[in-house]
Amino acid sequence: MGPQAASVASQPGQHDAAVVIDGVGKRFGEVQALRGLSATIRYGRLTGLVGPDGAGKTTLMRIMTGLLVPDAGSVALAGFDVVKDNDAIHVASGYMPQRFGLYEDLSVMENMRLYARLRGMDADRHTDLFAELLEFTRLGPFTKRLAGKLSGGMKQKLGLACALMARPKVLLLDEPGVGVDPVSRQDLWRMVQALTDEGMAVVWSTAYLDEAERCESVLLLNQGKLLFDGPPQTLTAQLEGRSFRLENVGAERRAVLTQALDLPSVSDGVIQGAGVRVVLREGADTEQIQSLANQARVELAPVPARFEDAFIDLLGGGPGGTSALAGQLPPVELGSDIAVSCRHLTKRFGPFTATDSVSFEVHKGEIFGLLGPNGAGKSTTFKMLCGLLKPTAGEAHVVGLDLRRATGAAKSRLGYMAQKFSLYGLLSVRQNLEFSAGVYQLEGQTRRERIEEMIATFDLGDWLSATPDSLPLGHKQRLALACSLMHRPPVLFLDEPTSGVDPITRREFWTHINGLARKGVTIMVTTHFMDEAEYCDRVAMLSRARLIALDTPDALKRMAVTPQRPDPTMEDAFIHLVESTERDIEAAA
Amino acid sequence: MSAAARKHADAVLPAGSRRFDRRRLMALVAKESHQALRDPSTLLIAFVLPVVLLLLFAYAVSLDARDVRVGVVLESPGASAQSLAAAFSGTRFLDVHFAHDRREVADQLVSGALRGYVVIPQDFEQRLARHGSEPLVQIITDGSYPNTANYVENYARGVVQSWRAGRAIDAPAQAVVLEPRYWFNPELESRRALIPGAIAIVMTIIGTMLTALVVAREWERGTMEAVLSTPASVAEILIGKLLPYFVLGMLSTLGAAALAVFVFGVPLHGSLAALLLLSAVFMVPALGQGLLISSLARNQFLAAQIALFTGFLPAFMLSGFLYEIDAMPAPIRAVTHLIPARYFVESLKTVFLAGDFWAVFVPNLLAMAAIGAVFFGLAQRATRKNLE
Repeated sequence: MGPQAASVASQPGQHDAAVVIDGVGKRFGEVQALRGLSATIRYGRLTGLVGPDGAGKTTLMRIMTGLLVPDAGSVALAGFDVVKDNDAIHVASGYMPQRFGLYEDLSVMENMRLYARLRGMDADRHTDLFAELLEFTRLGPFTKRLAGKLSGGMKQKLGLACALMARPKVLLLDEPGVGVDPVSRQDLWRMVQALTDEGMAVVWSTAYLDEAERCESVLLLNQGKLLFDGPPQTLTAQLEGRSFRLENVGAERRAVLTQALDLPSVSDGVIQGAGVRVVLREGADTEQIQSLANQARVELAPVPARFEDAFIDLLGGGPGGTSALAGQLPPVELGSDIAVSCRHLTKRFGPFTATDSVSFEVHKGEIFGLLGPNGAGKSTTFKMLCGLLKPTAGEAHVVGLDLRRATGAAKSRLGYMAQKFSLYGLLSVRQNLEFSAGVYQLEGQTRRERIEEMIATFDLGDWLSATPDSLPLGHKQRLALACSLMHRPPVLFLDEPTSGVDPITRREFWTHINGLARKGVTIMVTTHFMDEAEYCDRVAMLSRARLIALDTPDALKRMAVTPQRPDPTMEDAFIHLVESTERDIEAAA
Repeated sequence: MSAAARKHADAVLPAGSRRFDRRRLMALVAKESHQALRDPSTLLIAFVLPVVLLLLFAYAVSLDARDVRVGVVLESPGASAQSLAAAFSGTRFLDVHFAHDRREVADQLVSGALRGYVVIPQDFEQRLARHGSEPLVQIITDGSYPNTANYVENYARGVVQSWRAGRAIDAPAQAVVLEPRYWFNPELESRRALIPGAIAIVMTIIGTMLTALVVAREWERGTMEAVLSTPASVAEILIGKLLPYFVLGMLSTLGAAALAVFVFGVPLHGSLAALLLLSAVFMVPALGQGLLISSLARNQFLAAQIALFTGFLPAFMLSGFLYEIDAMPAPIRAVTHLIPARYFVESLKTVFLAGDFWAVFVPNLLAMAAIGAVFFGLAQRATRKNLE
């Protein structure tokens, strides 16, 4: 914090309150989006509005900008009531919606001029302000470019420049980190830091719990309720001494995680590279976990608590570790050790290359991650590997079948779970299961048995006549997984399986995936959650259509180790790799 | 940011909180114009589509029966029969094929090669001589094309009648002969009645369809949310949206009118000022309907479907453009009163084919303005609720 911001923050009472939220409730039809929420957002601070999708973040943002009217309670922004002084709100606040709210068929400069004039400024008289904003966002060289042709990161910066026009007192950013590569995200953090240092109140909403740790203050939402209000450190401090890591467990880490999660004293656990990270329940001692460590002959080391640990703990801990599903499955038998392979796989759309000569091999029973920001080419690569897109050049094999010649045969040997689950909303849960059994040509006795087995395994019995949309998120995910596993495929493709899913549902999902992998099912997964890559055996990192690295998560992280950063995260590793590849390209040119 | 930026911000505050601001409106109009000019589909709809539609109605779609293929079976060898047959071949509306046996033409009628035939019977001379009430000729038509059948029958009758009248100069006692005169469209060319109506269709497409699409696009892409969060008011945003399309619609009307007059030879008996006034007032319900659709649908696909069913099709079928309103059943006729294009089509036909008749225009102008006011009122209410 700069000296100026410090002086603002030290003012007593309500003078430094930028937004006062008092008992706000909001309902959309059947859904209660916000329930009796009260909080205060202060000037000179970066406030994180944190929670999984559907927690009510966007609804609260829209109420604060006067775009929605609360059903109950009131909100005052910069001293103006959002309903009664609606016009004043639009002057005092700058708002950047979640979806890119700018005109893609106008140039950068035209967008900026439009927003300047909408906020009552004359672009010709305020050339100094324009120059300043362009300098601040580093968009100076691109003023003539159409906004639609900017990269994800540059779009967000342009959105920020437009929201900052006429210098609002409160800046509201709805998920600015989505669709932005980690390098540009760093830039955004830097810009927001500069603004809060001058005394502006900035609200940054996010579903990434790691982003929450960077905020000075956090409002943690879940299902429309406020779980926590305060500095993230306060929350994580409550968990001090409860986080541990079983170091270098290696090949047995999935089994160890399962055992750990089934211990009564363990509240939460995840795989982290070759290790297993666990959080103990409140008041529990280390006896049980220590004996597990001894049994596995590994070291148990205390680690600092993370915000995510605290979030899971607030919600009462993660799910157990045993997957009923994996218990049912017979072990997978494959002719060869290579389940999926591709050589010089390339896809061009007109002049644009989406995937550029990508080659790798995936072993049987491996969890293989494709990692990269939006637009890096991971979805295109993925779709070619499961036969949904025809490669422009190169070849791809699944369980030994050439995808160009035997597309149909290959497809019947793989399971595919699309983004957002893609279930049929107008069919019931049972009908969805029957449909997928039919699509994979299961008949008669087998078909009935398989459907009953899925219902039993995934505990869907109570929901059979419900529609998928009415299911709780976790059950919806189970149903999608059940549909893609109906024909017992040896290879499972998961496209962004956990985007928009809360951390607890995410853990339950990985419990199933770990179980499947232990039975020899090969898992291909794409994700933009950098942390999630830790579950993978190996990770292929894609950036700008090219494969820039392929290794185990630990090895990738090791590449990014510096004296200042002894324990880098996957995101650090990614930024490091992108920057060093770009340096190599420049050096070569 | 520097102190300079802060100073600007302070100066801006009072102006920003005003309800309606001309400069903000102009900024929105400039933005919309940039977008419209940059989007090839807008220009296609505004300028290429009208030309295609007018060409279609001028040449491809014709409600006139012309060069209808009919057979004439000449069974009588007499001189009078020959002269009647010659009268048939002399018309420019029938394409006559001669035969001597009715079996020949009967087959051709069945196969669709002919739309009808006329039999000049063997005893034609005797019938003629008797001056009796007995019919002179037999006319057979293809009833599966009722309009054409009607036309063939009437026309064949006319030919026989005028042939008789021609002979009557030397023969006495001929009854009354009608000489029909068609006002406003003396040659009864359907093109003349269709092209003014087609302008109404073009304006409906631009006013309702294009507007519904561009506003729905703003909701769909999330740009509406961003603009609503600025000090710009709903009125400014909507007027800023409509003004460019109003201008576009008027330009398109002018182009279509010029095409009608100079290329297709449709006369403009009324004044250009009246035509422009009528078009400008018709834009009010057309734009209002587009706006209402987009604020209800907020998604381009749905907006296009609704615009098609509530704007384009009624303008096509129920406006009196293709089908006469007086010929419709009473309930449908009542419905046409709700269709703004109905008033516009009537006015257009009047201004092109008859002239400036304010007794026709004024009620039509009032009706269009009233429907427009209702649409705008509803659209304003639907949009005021902003994001809910």
